[in-house]
Amino acid sequence: MQHVSPIREPLVTGGKTYHDITEDVCRQVEAKPNARWAAALAVALVGLAIFIYSTYRTLWYGIGEWGLNKTVGWAWDITNFVWWVGIGHAGTLISAILLLFRQKWRTSINRAAEAMTIFAVICAAMFPVLHMGRPWLAYWVLPLPNTFGSLWVNFNSPLLWDVFAISTYFSVSLVFWYIGLIPDFATIRDRATGPISRRAYAFLSFGWTGSAKAWSRYETVSLILAGLATPLVLSVHTIVSMDFATSVIPGWHTTIFPPYFVAGAIFSGFAMVLTLMIITRKVFKLEDYITLEHVESMNKVIILTGSIVGVAYITEFFIAWYSGVEYEQYAFINRATGPYWWAYWAMMTCNVITPQLFWFRSIRRSLTATFIITIFVNIGMWFERFVIIVTSLHRDFLPSSWAMFSPTIIDIGIYVGTIGLFFTLFLLFAKFFPVVNMAEVKAILKSSSEVKHHPHGTMHGTDKDSHTNTHP
Amino acid sequence: MTKKFVLGIYDDEDVLLQAIENVRAAGTKIYEVFSPYPIHGIDDVLGIKRSRLPIVAFFCGLFGTSFALWMQIWMLGFDWPMIIGGKPHIALPAFIPVTFELTVLCAAFGMVITFFIVTKLKPSFKVNVFDKRSTDDKFVMAIEVTEGVTDMNALNDLLRSNGAIEVNEKEVIK
Repeated sequence: MQHVSPIREPLVTGGKTYHDITEDVCRQVEAKPNARWAAALAVALVGLAIFIYSTYRTLWYGIGEWGLNKTVGWAWDITNFVWWVGIGHAGTLISAILLLFRQKWRTSINRAAEAMTIFAVICAAMFPVLHMGRPWLAYWVLPLPNTFGSLWVNFNSPLLWDVFAISTYFSVSLVFWYIGLIPDFATIRDRATGPISRRAYAFLSFGWTGSAKAWSRYETVSLILAGLATPLVLSVHTIVSMDFATSVIPGWHTTIFPPYFVAGAIFSGFAMVLTLMIITRKVFKLEDYITLEHVESMNKVIILTGSIVGVAYITEFFIAWYSGVEYEQYAFINRATGPYWWAYWAMMTCNVITPQLFWFRSIRRSLTATFIITIFVNIGMWFERFVIIVTSLHRDFLPSSWAMFSPTIIDIGIYVGTIGLFFTLFLLFAKFFPVVNMAEVKAILKSSSEVKHHPHGTMHGTDKDSHTNTHP
Repeated sequence: MTKKFVLGIYDDEDVLLQAIENVRAAGTKIYEVFSPYPIHGIDDVLGIKRSRLPIVAFFCGLFGTSFALWMQIWMLGFDWPMIIGGKPHIALPAFIPVTFELTVLCAAFGMVITFFIVTKLKPSFKVNVFDKRSTDDKFVMAIEVTEGVTDMNALNDLLRSNGAIEVNEKEVIK
């Protein structure tokens, strides 16, 4: 038995038994799709259609369909890429880093957060691939022998590091997520009544039986994967930031970028997790598993990373002045007061000011306030990438080549389209997969639920009525 | 050939752990224990040895590191040397990110594939489970019955006296 402090709030409320957990999580997997879910999926599919149309226009007519010009050669595409990759940081952070830190509150949110990670990385990958112009030649980024006499890829380039970082991150996150899903698929399989669902979940469960030996190995694999994924999470956004930091552009060429980008990524990722979880817990009636305690814990991460991001903005500004480099100073003055001042101040307001409201406990524990603030954070983090990318490029060293960037309808279409793609995948996940990790929640039930258990003698779940409310 | 098992069904992990110890102390061999979630401390009472999967992960990772370094040094240093940004042909610091990523990739995949193989996890449409409740809320202790040798009544009493809520028999075609 592990000792859990009595003043700690329970992670599972409502006096649940093991069977209740199975029932509550499997309910929406086994039920017929309800109208609200179908309506949401219909909206997401419209977004997906917009994505397909915009992609078709981009591929058929070329990158000229986008608003890029000779001066601003990177704009919405890379902004959206970094935004999505950033969002994709929370899932593996929750499941890997919080596992190593033994934060038990991760158990009920890690499944959905990891799914979100995987879908966000899929959305992110669309942008560099489409920006290639000829995605069918995307394999040229890999070090393969080729017909030009083995002219290899450039391993000195951060853009190539990105290829390795993102693909490793995606595949390791996918494996980590799937390993966790196997025991839960087995649970659904053993409850399934229809012949199709029984076979489908049997196939997905890889023949899992839950033997003690398998669990022992499962735990080892989870722990080692967490250990491997932890530096991996940090490496991905570090390498993304190096796409900028290694080029000699004022506003990009700074050593602060890696930690600043990683903090920003966790910040936006947690905001997106909260946005989704607040809706998911309500729609699927999972309030007893994703409690205010969980929301508050995540809000604490948001205030920490949000403050790091705020400090980074100010440090950047100070160092620009302190460096004495004219171009660097101009780049920052131009960000705050130039033609894109509105983007800069939108970023400052959303990322630096709004999360500070979480210092108030009542706001941290208010679902409405949290939902609104997380939307602000998501918007703010999008503007952060836009500010970094477009304002640094649009007025470069020669005033004769200064230009402005404005997105075309296709730019907007691809961005909105990836949101559609994301929600299509997420809604399918939420319907057919268990959104809460049943096995892990069951494992913490004895030590952190409202039901009091005696280590010996009583049978779990048979006497819950006489022992509720040990946490008054 | 069919094998016969006696299944002790439990509904509490601590009762189960105590029961495993008592059953083993009584000299009965436990075939396998099934649970809906990983139980801490069950490895010790069942005598399961520590998994060697971390060692697999280490050597796969080592392979990833060596392969990545060899690949980059050979490609850019020997096979087709080019001067890029005035750096040396073999610019080791610039090779570290790819080396790191391939280390993690090989370690993770090597370990997980080994895990699937040794645990015999593979996609199949038919799965034999001793008791379907073991993936929901019950803990199942399976004991193999040798015809004519095992005293069924004594076994039943042993399991029940150690907190089993049910004792069932099951035949499995092997």
